Amino acid sequence: MTSQKTASSQTFPAGSDAFPHRHLLGIAGLQPWEILFLLEEAKQWVDLNKKSSKHADKLDGLTVINAFFENSTRTLLSFEIAGKRMGADVVNMHAAQSSIKKGETLIDTAVTLNAMKADAIVIRHGSSGAVQLIADKVDCPVLNAGDGRHEHPTQALLDALTIQRRRGEISGLTVTICGDVMHSRVARSNIYCLTTLGAKVRVCAPPSLLPADLDRFNVEVFSNFDEALEGSDVVMMLRLQNERMNGDFIPSPREYHYLYGLTRERLQRANDNALVMHPGPMNRGVEIDSEVADDLENSAITEQVEMGVAVRMACLDILTRKSRGVEGWS
Amino acid sequence: MKKIFTNARLVLPNAEQPTQGHLVVKGERIAAADDGKDGESGETIDCKGRLLAPGIVDLGVFAIDKPAFRFGGITRAALMPDQAPILDLPAMIKHNAVEGKPDLWSHPIAAATKGLKGAQLAEIGLMQRSGAKAVATGRQWIADSGIMLRLLQYCKSLDLPLIVHSEDAGLTGDAVATNGETATRLGLASATAAAESVAIARDIALVRETGAHIHFRQVTTAAGLELIRAAKSENLPVTCGITPAHLLLSDIAISDFRTFARLSPPLRSEENRLACVAAVKDGTIDVISSGHDPRGPEDKRLPFAEAAPGMAGAETLLALSFTLVRDDVISTGRLFELLSANPARILGVEAGLLKAGYEADFILIDEDAPWRVDTRKMAAAAGNTPFDGLPVQGRVTAIYKGGRAY
Repeated sequence: MTSQKTASSQTFPAGSDAFPHRHLLGIAGLQPWEILFLLEEAKQWVDLNKKSSKHADKLDGLTVINAFFENSTRTLLSFEIAGKRMGADVVNMHAAQSSIKKGETLIDTAVTLNAMKADAIVIRHGSSGAVQLIADKVDCPVLNAGDGRHEHPTQALLDALTIQRRRGEISGLTVTICGDVMHSRVARSNIYCLTTLGAKVRVCAPPSLLPADLDRFNVEVFSNFDEALEGSDVVMMLRLQNERMNGDFIPSPREYHYLYGLTRERLQRANDNALVMHPGPMNRGVEIDSEVADDLENSAITEQVEMGVAVRMACLDILTRKSRGVEGWS
Repeated sequence: MKKIFTNARLVLPNAEQPTQGHLVVKGERIAAADDGKDGESGETIDCKGRLLAPGIVDLGVFAIDKPAFRFGGITRAALMPDQAPILDLPAMIKHNAVEGKPDLWSHPIAAATKGLKGAQLAEIGLMQRSGAKAVATGRQWIADSGIMLRLLQYCKSLDLPLIVHSEDAGLTGDAVATNGETATRLGLASATAAAESVAIARDIALVRETGAHIHFRQVTTAAGLELIRAAKSENLPVTCGITPAHLLLSDIAISDFRTFARLSPPLRSEENRLACVAAVKDGTIDVISSGHDPRGPEDKRLPFAEAAPGMAGAETLLALSFTLVRDDVISTGRLFELLSANPARILGVEAGLLKAGYEADFILIDEDAPWRVDTRKMAAAAGNTPFDGLPVQGRVTAIYKGGRAY
């Protein structure tokens, strides 16, 4: 399935010049080569993850804290596996166990985590900007595992890696992102990532779920899914974020499926063998039909999950290089 | 005892530019404010050529914060009813009316509805008897148009102005920013700026029905200001205000999730900001106030959406407003109509003008004195200003309340 074409002809600056950031808080503002560098680094971990022994010892002795203030199963698991495969001691902190429930402020929690001398902190939080707030208060690298509707950078990277592996080059592809764009951090990070890498990005959503001024993000905006699909190489579906909706944004899941659900018939409008993606978890029969989601030929949904671990291993590796004294990363 | 303030540049009523002259104070009142040709005898105070202006009447603050008010030249402050407990009983009004005296007069504003919940009218008449000079909906919008109509009828009968917050809550929902590129980039819940004009349009329709005086506390959009302009041309009893933040900042100021720039109403687009400046110039806007709402780190050092809206504005009100004079938007005389005369008139108090018989509340100002806004050095109860680090000009050098220096 992997494309014969590769994107590895890119050369990167030496040492930390390839990725001169302390944290990974978002994709916005990253240079194209920085994104490509992360993807290139992730590829080696894809291969390792296919072996029977998946251990690397790069992060031996390091402590990674996964501080999840918002419920998550997939992302938390993915970061946990990534950290453990790298040899780190991984500690998970769930919101239900945290002192936030006892009235402690987020900054107090950040200071506490910092005092525990973590070597990297992975944070998910329900409020946009919360991860940045913590990052400003701690000494170690912080990875954003999703903050409100703001950004989810590792999701965008794993999506880009999946596309890159399936299609070779991202530049020049037409990617349609459809669904609840308003409440989606995945959509924002993917828009930044894919447009930075030269893809033509179309965004499609019911008008009630389209954020303002999206046309200023170097994307084409649609409210008609059939039109958006015409000539698409990649179709990226988004989950309806029912838990973030305050009030009625759509008349019903039934109507949503009628207008915006990805069916086999509708997919015909896209280019032949268009890649189907979904960040999960899926609302089957609402935003995507099972026969499309489970299609082995076109659907890359399970591959996205696989790439997630590799991308997160790469991010943990790169962001801790300075503290580990890796040559060129001082 | 008579005091004569000589060698001053007086900001006199209806004068565009300051007049060289003197101010005579007898007891707590102004006896004369003129060019000073008539001989007067008494204690003489040389103002050394400083600007002598009426004390600022700050319409709609959320806290009585004397050090900040003194720094800012504020001699009277109308306190919003959003207090703990809410100012919805005569006893609360009476209690708050004495706070700050003698050097500051606080004018507590009566809550329009019980608990500011927008459901039942509060005892407005009794609160007026206890000293309330105005009624307000607080930070809320009254969604029920029937309640709003009855409220206006009641205010009209008592000759009380109703100060309203104009944002249709159905449109704003849980928004913390205005719809636009910045809010979308930051992933913040945002609402259309039309939430303001929708609310204003309804209330103007009800003013036309009742004849009651509405003061729209902060109007921040071009569409909202256009409605006010039209209502004024109909001679409807409508006035409106704004804060310097909405005149000087657009929604770009919330980039990096800067909670000090989280305001209510939220900062608007650059087009709307420019419309606000134009509305100050053409007279549509009647009042500039600080919206003073000092908030400590427990309210502001939070993720943007969870932080409380509001800024500590009292100290910067005058200096920031002076930029309008320097930019030739308005004259010095007009500036003090906005800061002093108009808010005093809305409250129905004999202050805000350098006029014989009025309360001798005035300030001396060094218009050119440079200083830098610094959150760490502010006199306010908290330093939550979006203008941190901004170099400004214009400083109050002396403040007089009832003829006495404080």
